[in-house]
Amino acid sequence: MDLTTVLQILDSTIRLGTPLLLACLAGLFSERAGIFDIGLEGKMLAAAFLSAAAAFVTGDVWLGVAAGIFAALLMSAIHGLASITFRGNQLISGVAINFLASGLTVLLGQYWFALGGRTPSLTGDARFAPITLWGAEALREVPVIGPIYYELISGHTALVYVAVAMVPLSAWLLYRTRFGLRLRAVGENPAAVDTAGVSVVGIRFAAVAICGVLTGLAGAYLATGLSAGFVKEMTAGRGYIALAALIFAKWRPWYALGATMLFGFLEAISNRYQNIDLGGIVIPVQFMQALPYILTVVILAGFVGKATPPRAGGEPYVKER
Amino acid sequence: MQKMPPWADALLVPLLSLLIAFAISSVVIFAIGENPVEAMKLMVTGALGSSYGWGYTLYYATNFMFTGLAVAVAFHAGLFNIGGEGQASLGGLGVALVCLMVPWPHWSLALIGAVVCGALFGALWAALPAWLQAKRGSHIVITTIMFNFIAASLLNYLLVNMLRPVGSMDPATARFPAETNLPGLGEILGAVGIPFSTSTPANVSLFLALACCVLVWVLIWRTRLGYQIRAFGKSEKAAVYAGIRPVRITMYAMLISGGLAGMMAVNNVMGEANRLVLNSVEGAGFIGIAVALMGRSHPFGVFLAAILFGFLYQGGAELALWTKIPRELITVIQALVILFTGALDNMVRQPVEWLFARAGRGAK
Repeated sequence: MDLTTVLQILDSTIRLGTPLLLACLAGLFSERAGIFDIGLEGKMLAAAFLSAAAAFVTGDVWLGVAAGIFAALLMSAIHGLASITFRGNQLISGVAINFLASGLTVLLGQYWFALGGRTPSLTGDARFAPITLWGAEALREVPVIGPIYYELISGHTALVYVAVAMVPLSAWLLYRTRFGLRLRAVGENPAAVDTAGVSVVGIRFAAVAICGVLTGLAGAYLATGLSAGFVKEMTAGRGYIALAALIFAKWRPWYALGATMLFGFLEAISNRYQNIDLGGIVIPVQFMQALPYILTVVILAGFVGKATPPRAGGEPYVKER
Repeated sequence: MQKMPPWADALLVPLLSLLIAFAISSVVIFAIGENPVEAMKLMVTGALGSSYGWGYTLYYATNFMFTGLAVAVAFHAGLFNIGGEGQASLGGLGVALVCLMVPWPHWSLALIGAVVCGALFGALWAALPAWLQAKRGSHIVITTIMFNFIAASLLNYLLVNMLRPVGSMDPATARFPAETNLPGLGEILGAVGIPFSTSTPANVSLFLALACCVLVWVLIWRTRLGYQIRAFGKSEKAAVYAGIRPVRITMYAMLISGGLAGMMAVNNVMGEANRLVLNSVEGAGFIGIAVALMGRSHPFGVFLAAILFGFLYQGGAELALWTKIPRELITVIQALVILFTGALDNMVRQPVEWLFARAGRGAK
């Protein structure tokens, strides 16, 4: 394997890891505030659809992103209403959101565009173009550093850089601000936050809204950055992989970057090679596809580094009377 | 506060939730430029207007009874088994192996073999998540989701690389021998003099599903294990105090749940397809969640809800055939049913409770 191949695989690792990273951070905010979210998949799917539809109609990709965020926020509002206001089961609400998005996207897509649930292909300004970073062209010929900078770091679409910037931003917000402290506290011990006179419901809704914005970005990236338009079920389980990455990352932002890039790498490998021959032992492509889930089960089992979820996760908060 | 009478809890609240779900679905149908009343008529005639329609409705309902019961049993133990999809596809593997490998002389013996093997494979696929939940505290919802995906990859591998007959491009097993073909519902009813369409996939598994409904009822409300499962589901602390062992109950409940999901394969793999194909479960595992919620985890409720979803499935197929409404409408209805009977239950319940409390005060 030469440098070019390695760079190509790492390049698609970043591309494929980006939606996972955004969705994983989305889940991180929600779950750190004590709201389990298995509806990441549905939110991403809804966002992917509406962003592609809006980008096609307006011809402006940023309006598409805004529409995608709007769609994901609507789904978040349902989740918040069910799990915070009416103290329903958060997992069941998540399942409902996944089905709602899966059905509505095809229903509306067929009604609007009559292409069997697809949106028309996006071209020109309706999708994200790669950004060439400053000096990439000039450095291109420098050995080793040049190709790495040109291929790997430069030349991605805007949302990739947004996603990477979200990691330090999330870490700062969670660990360095008053809001972050309260958000984490709401997920561990909501009664204490309530005693301090801070609204548990308010913080939790804020967390769910942040989750909506980030899944909106993730979905918009899928439809307008990674591909050119929406196709039926295009999230293809990425919401669940993001959920797996969240556990793998033990609910921490920087670890989330590592976990999602690892899972992105696995996807890049299985896209490129059908079966991997390791001197006699052939690893089938299906094993690579299942690996993120297997790794997550191993981590969950606590044999390798125990993952402990936020203590108040999944429980609706009931004020003491 | 005055409690609601039991009938309101068991019937009124689910019916109201269902009504809201259907009302919103009608708005959706209206919004995409179709007539909800016409759509409903078409669904009813398509699914219930002929014995052909009924055959398909009952075939789908059989699937949903198995997966619905699977989710319901786990719910009673306070566990959310979201892995019915994976367990049912592993059940399919078990049924396929036993049908292909054993030279069965008669379908009745093959049926017994398939039930045992399907349930066993389904239960095994539920065993590891159950054990991890019981022993290591790994959240069963997450592990069963992961196991759904692992099952999909495993079956993909086995069908493409191992079970595919030589020379076939299709990732599916060979056809099962004719001796294992189950008698259809039309033949059975025809034998006792009831005319019923013979060209539907409904088969003898329907009676197996009905028997499972009764058995689950007996298990949950008439046996010691059922009592322990319910006690554990209501309050783990109290159950432990009463000497109920959490590891044992978690394992039993999940093994039964996985076994029921696995048995679904008798209907769809053995009864209908006569071979194992990729993605044979087609989402029935997830519909089990809606069915169990709708049926309030009671076997009779599961039975009714399964029939309802069978009707929706067959009706939805007819809609897609005759109108421009895609099949995905059913997914939307399913989502709304899960949302209102499951997650937004309190939204429907609170006003009803309030009304009963008011009426109760008025009577005094």
